[in-house]
Amino acid sequence: MRKSISRRGFMAGTVAAAGAASLPLQVSFAQSAPLKLGLLTVKTGPLAAGGIQMEQGLTSFLKSKNFTLAGRKVDLIVADTGGNPAGAKTKAQELIERDQVDIITGPLAAFELLAISSYTAAHKIPVLSLAAAEDMTQRKPNPYFIRASATAAQAMQPLADFAAKELKYKKVITISEDFAFGYEQMGGFQRVFEDEGGRVLKKLWPPLVTADYTPYLAQISGVDAVVQGFAGSNPVKFMKQYADQGLKYPVLAGEAGCDDFLMNSFGDEVIGLVSAAPYTADLQNEANERFIAAMTKEYHVLVGQYSALLWLNGQVIEAGLEKTGGKTDNKEALIKALRSVDLKDTLRGPVRFDHFGNVVGDIFIRRAEKKNGKLFNHTIKTYHNVSQFWTFPEKWFLEQPVYSRDYPPLKS
Amino acid sequence: MNLWLLLTINSITLGGLLFLLSAGFSLIFGLMRIPNLTHGSMFMLGAYFGASFFLWYKVDFWLSALAAGVLMAVIGGVIERLVLRRLAGNELAQVLVTLGISFMVADLCLMEWTGDPISVATPAGLTGTTHILGMAFPIYRLAIIVIALVVAVALWLLLDRTRLGAMIRAGVDDPVMARMVGIRVSRLFTIVFALGAGLAGFAGMIGAPILSVYPGLDTDMLPLALVVVILGGTGSLLGSLAGSLVVGVLYNFGQALLPELAYFVLFLPMVLVLALRPQGFFGRRAP
Repeated sequence: MRKSISRRGFMAGTVAAAGAASLPLQVSFAQSAPLKLGLLTVKTGPLAAGGIQMEQGLTSFLKSKNFTLAGRKVDLIVADTGGNPAGAKTKAQELIERDQVDIITGPLAAFELLAISSYTAAHKIPVLSLAAAEDMTQRKPNPYFIRASATAAQAMQPLADFAAKELKYKKVITISEDFAFGYEQMGGFQRVFEDEGGRVLKKLWPPLVTADYTPYLAQISGVDAVVQGFAGSNPVKFMKQYADQGLKYPVLAGEAGCDDFLMNSFGDEVIGLVSAAPYTADLQNEANERFIAAMTKEYHVLVGQYSALLWLNGQVIEAGLEKTGGKTDNKEALIKALRSVDLKDTLRGPVRFDHFGNVVGDIFIRRAEKKNGKLFNHTIKTYHNVSQFWTFPEKWFLEQPVYSRDYPPLKS
Repeated sequence: MNLWLLLTINSITLGGLLFLLSAGFSLIFGLMRIPNLTHGSMFMLGAYFGASFFLWYKVDFWLSALAAGVLMAVIGGVIERLVLRRLAGNELAQVLVTLGISFMVADLCLMEWTGDPISVATPAGLTGTTHILGMAFPIYRLAIIVIALVVAVALWLLLDRTRLGAMIRAGVDDPVMARMVGIRVSRLFTIVFALGAGLAGFAGMIGAPILSVYPGLDTDMLPLALVVVILGGTGSLLGSLAGSLVVGVLYNFGQALLPELAYFVLFLPMVLVLALRPQGFFGRRAP
């Protein structure tokens, strides 16, 4: 018998040698391999306005850092979900399984987030989203989720406090789209407003797609103010029709109802509108000025919630990476580092996270004004250290059902 | 009591806008036998063009609306001639193509005008509200009723008093017979498609002070046009008027009384009409 290596033996030996040789190489290679950052956003369809801004905000941030965070190069992979749950799921799968991302930012809409949450949690991928679905950080928490923006009610609860205590309103009617974001915003407003002696006379729910709000506007009367929670481009349409109908009651709005990026689209009917938001373009600090300068220079657009909060997400990721020394292979350590981020000087002021991964930070109350022919939001009060539970004890809050169309029931 | 009166009057004003939106759709559906799924996009694109003329080139509001209509008529004619005519006889393919074109138009609009909604100011002289029986009505909405009536009369004159109108009516009634007597039906198709697109574009700009212009306007308006035309009957002007009024009423009262079932209230009558009287109230034949 010739002492030669059989073909099978040769193959086995080669594979073993290759495996052995690549193993230590892989480990050290991983640290200098770029961080793969996925962005699930919406670039087509009616939600695209916000989605495009999300991409602009994040890309601007990465550009300002030369695509290097905590010493590690970053590869940004942008995926267009189309603004629907099925698309979100498909793209999330692509990002995680084909592109092997380490962290996912986005998606935009709450229903998209709900579609992918258990999938991303099973893969232990940290998700940093703006989607405001309350239960994502309350009754059905995802341990790998971080929200640097706000829950749907987080800005409405202080707004109700402001409306009752400082504006001294007693009776309001709420009007918002007929879906979860609307219910949660108005539920939060109602609970705090009623606690402080106010009354919500009626809650109106036009469908998400409504060409003509007149049938609802016709039902508004006998109040001190109207509270609207419209999102996307609906606030522009609503305010125009509100003014055209001759209604003069003061209007209060949520974070999407008077987003800074809409200020060029509104007409003068928006002057005097008081809104509450986790970000305001007129905040005077160095971080915000840097952000606005970068966005204006690169994209010539007005900034708003979507772009600002994605820039902030970039900052949170950077701070988290600094804590892990740039490493992302230990998933538990990564999410722990991200959730323990505590930044003092972001474009929205101080930011830290509660044990559900939801932000605790400032909420800005602004009034829409006109100066030099341009509409803008002028901050009139800042609430500090606002959590998703407002001043309610966390345990009690979680025992109540989540805000919905009929919860809390109207006291009046 | 006040609420009902306001809703009634708003039903008529909304009906006026719906008529402008759906008259073209009805003609195309009646003559070419296809629901033109680009109709919403023509409405939206016309609104974008009109808003651009008005806001950036400072053209007068009414001229902008007319210019938008003419521009959309040209575009509609080109689409029909270059794309739809090649699929003559194959109605299913034509419908699918119009659907595809509507997606393309939506994306092009997003690229060109970005995602921010564009607000169009109400034309001077028609701003503000007037008071009827103690209730406030936006003057512009009442003006739309007048515009709708003017357009309705113009279309009626076209259909009833011109040779072209006679040919269109013949084509709607019986295309085979029409061809047999020498009417060039395929050229008629181009003219009617262009007319429909032009009307939609004009309507888009006229509606812009109320609806504003934003991505998604096309898919918001197309279902309404569909319901109007199914209820009123295809190819019939009277049908469009009647259908618009009915949908205006359904919309207003449905949204006010049964907001959770708002779309159900709109589409249930459409389903019933299709099942029980497919030609609609005033249509000649079933679509």
